[in-house]
Amino acid sequence: MALLSVKNIGISFGGLRAVDKFSVEIEKNELYGLIGPNGAGKTTVFNMLTGVYKPSDGSIVIDGVDITGKSNIEVNQTGIARTFQNIRLFKEQTVLDNVKIGLHNHYKYSTIDGVFRTPRYKRVEREMDERAMELLKVFDLDGEAEVLSANLPYGKQRKLEIARALATEPKLLLLDEPAAGMNPKETGELMETIRFLRDEFDMTILLIEHDMKLVGGICERLTVLNFGEVLAAGETSEVLNNPEVIKAYIGE
Amino acid sequence: MSFIMYLINGISLGSVYAIIALGYTMVYGIAKMLNFAHGDVIMIGSYISFVTFSQMGLGPVPAVVISIVVCTALGMIIERVAYKPLRKAVSPLAVLITAIGVSYLLQNVALLVFGANPVSYVSMIAVPPLKLAGGELTITGITVITIVLCLVIMGVLMVFIKKTKAGQAMLAVSEDKDAAQLMGVNVNGTIALTFAIGSGLAAIAGILLCSAYPTLTPYTGAMPGIKAFTAAVFGGIGSIPGALVGGILLGVIEILGRAYISSQLSDAIVFAVLIIVLLVKPTGILGKPIFEKV
Amino acid sequence: MKSKKLKNKITTFLIVIAAYVIVEIFLLTGNVSSLLQGLLVPLCTYSLCAVGLNLCVGYLGELSLGHAGFMCIGAFTGAFFSVTTADIIQNDGVRFLLALIIGTGCAALFGFLIAIPVLRLNGDYLAIVTLAFGEIIKNVINVLYVGKDSNGWHVSINSQAELGLEPGGVTYINGAQGITGTPHSSNFTIGVILVLVALFVVYNLTDSRTGRAIMSIRDNQIAAESVGINVKKYKLLGFTVSTAIAGAAGVLYAHNLSTLTALPKNFGYNMSIMILVFVVLGGIGSFRGSVVAACILTLLPELLRGLSDYRMLIYAIVLIAMMLFNWAPDAIFFREQIMARIKKPKREV
Repeated sequence: MALLSVKNIGISFGGLRAVDKFSVEIEKNELYGLIGPNGAGKTTVFNMLTGVYKPSDGSIVIDGVDITGKSNIEVNQTGIARTFQNIRLFKEQTVLDNVKIGLHNHYKYSTIDGVFRTPRYKRVEREMDERAMELLKVFDLDGEAEVLSANLPYGKQRKLEIARALATEPKLLLLDEPAAGMNPKETGELMETIRFLRDEFDMTILLIEHDMKLVGGICERLTVLNFGEVLAAGETSEVLNNPEVIKAYIGE
Repeated sequence: MSFIMYLINGISLGSVYAIIALGYTMVYGIAKMLNFAHGDVIMIGSYISFVTFSQMGLGPVPAVVISIVVCTALGMIIERVAYKPLRKAVSPLAVLITAIGVSYLLQNVALLVFGANPVSYVSMIAVPPLKLAGGELTITGITVITIVLCLVIMGVLMVFIKKTKAGQAMLAVSEDKDAAQLMGVNVNGTIALTFAIGSGLAAIAGILLCSAYPTLTPYTGAMPGIKAFTAAVFGGIGSIPGALVGGILLGVIEILGRAYISSQLSDAIVFAVLIIVLLVKPTGILGKPIFEKV
Repeated sequence: MKSKKLKNKITTFLIVIAAYVIVEIFLLTGNVSSLLQGLLVPLCTYSLCAVGLNLCVGYLGELSLGHAGFMCIGAFTGAFFSVTTADIIQNDGVRFLLALIIGTGCAALFGFLIAIPVLRLNGDYLAIVTLAFGEIIKNVINVLYVGKDSNGWHVSINSQAELGLEPGGVTYINGAQGITGTPHSSNFTIGVILVLVALFVVYNLTDSRTGRAIMSIRDNQIAAESVGINVKKYKLLGFTVSTAIAGAAGVLYAHNLSTLTALPKNFGYNMSIMILVFVVLGGIGSFRGSVVAACILTLLPELLRGLSDYRMLIYAIVLIAMMLFNWAPDAIFFREQIMARIKKPKREV
């Protein structure tokens, strides 16, 4: 059975059908790409998958659990984590604390423990620090753990967002334009990191991307969205050579 | 009959709130700030009209004009000196606190100049009362003038915003300051104009308020100011018709609550209704819903 | 960073304790005017309230203009408990401690109840609802009459006469005249201890799992939800703790006065705003700043007393000038330039 199974979801904004009859099946440990021209509805699909928007019809099932219409908090707790196109870090907090907030639901002690600095507080905090540093190391951010996240350069902010999402221990990771604003060298490193996540963390990843080199380089399968509808889906090489897809991207 | 009487009094008080609320709502819509000193501009306007009319013996027209001119100038000076430097401050609270400082300043200047003792304000509106329903219903001249004036001001202001270039500039700035700047709108000038209009209206509101409730102290403006701000939120802050609806509803609720429920609890009733409205419709009666793009 | 936070915390504690010791020495040597002595407990009250509000404004990121209302609840429930049990509980300390728990608890309860519906609102709307709530509290307490006679308790919201007490019955809350005869159980030492306890709670709370969750909501609510933070729970928790501290401040305040009334001056929106001024001027998010600002700004008008009529005027001007100096981007740029110029020669040496 597929890890993520989306059937015919759709949503309208004030009479405009933003996304219609979107379906996708993603297998465990797959690297899947969602591409399409600007305004095609890719981020809207992400927002529906993560519970930010409620789809008006269709169903979303992750690992056997129906999450259609669930809030974004519940969706995260069920196993989907995401990054945002317009980076959303906890800017006033350090890099380390950003990741520790991601760990919130997996390393627990009560508010009372926190106020009175009980042994439990000390133990769990230490465990959190260790785990967070491990994750930061993956993204080569461990040297900047104590830096205020707002002060990181752009590319590192994108990486930190992925690290934070990963901290919530998701089954499926959604990346919204992870390479936006990165130079070719950074993009190359990012590709390596994404592959590493899939292999070492056993992660399933769905990503939106405009950088065709990245998409062609790491995605195994693709879905192309155009005007809110699926234009094509299948193996990466097939989809990218599909005349319909080329037409949608380049125009006639 | 007494119910209709209360209703009319409520509309009249509400009209004053509406005129004050305009000052809050326009400034909030355009500068995105809560001008806490607005109520004190009202108080200053009332003192100016009191001095010019009752003490210097000028006629009503020059008294009103001088009061409006002084308040307009005051509003623009406050904006330029105290608020403009903080427009790009990191925290929006900075300008709020400064506005509170300006409020204290105006109150204490008034305290030094006019003293703490209340003065009896002499109404300059000499319009005969209106007798309706065969003399059973008497509506005072000031009530009639207040309601009419409020409607006229609303009408003029809405036409001004729809039809004039300056009005359109206001809309543009309230929508998106940076985009308006790029389109060649004089943002600073537009904000200054908004403060000028709001403060000029505050002078009129002060005269109407003190004509109906003739005790004037340095703190006279504070409570009506807060209530008018509440009215602006009630109607949907940033919306001019919202200020009218919110103001009048607030006035009516206050007067009816005082008459039929409890005279001492009227403020509590007003604020309780406000809370309920905001819980049901979080952006006020005529407010636009806010979306955050994800 | 960990050690920096700890250092910051310890420094604040040391400052408060040092200030306490200095004041106590002056008190012992008789060098403090009676006017200043009368201000010592209010100083602690305002410091407490400012610390509580800073938790709400600086860490939860929500503007409350009703903290005086929560202080009012704490003051009246605490004082009510103390006057009604003055005969039963003889020990002053025990009674005050119980009053403190009750007052803090009641303020927290009201904070919790109001927060459930209200925290759905954003920014300025929340501010206006809390302002309205504070005014309602003040208004209701002013028309509340509570008395007791051999038939039990009587409550009215109209007049003392309506209570219909038998001869010998006692009126505990007398409408606008409030509560009289609250035992003088609080003093400067208790005030300082409460400030220290509050600081201990807020410092440790903000530097914990709970605190990080609260701050994540402030920084970016959608991102907080996306990593599974229970936003509603932590907003409620942050706001409730904040109002509880305001309630404790109220209890302290009430037990320093023989007559407790709910006036616009002490529990109206003006007081809420005053506390907000402490928070903003002391630095949003800095608990130490809140305490220092509360003390300086409470003492300032008294120190200016020699200027009689002009003191509040000067206070207002100082407030505006400080805000412009601290927050205006032009002023900050100007300051940085000056600092750079001062620092440069040193480097050459």
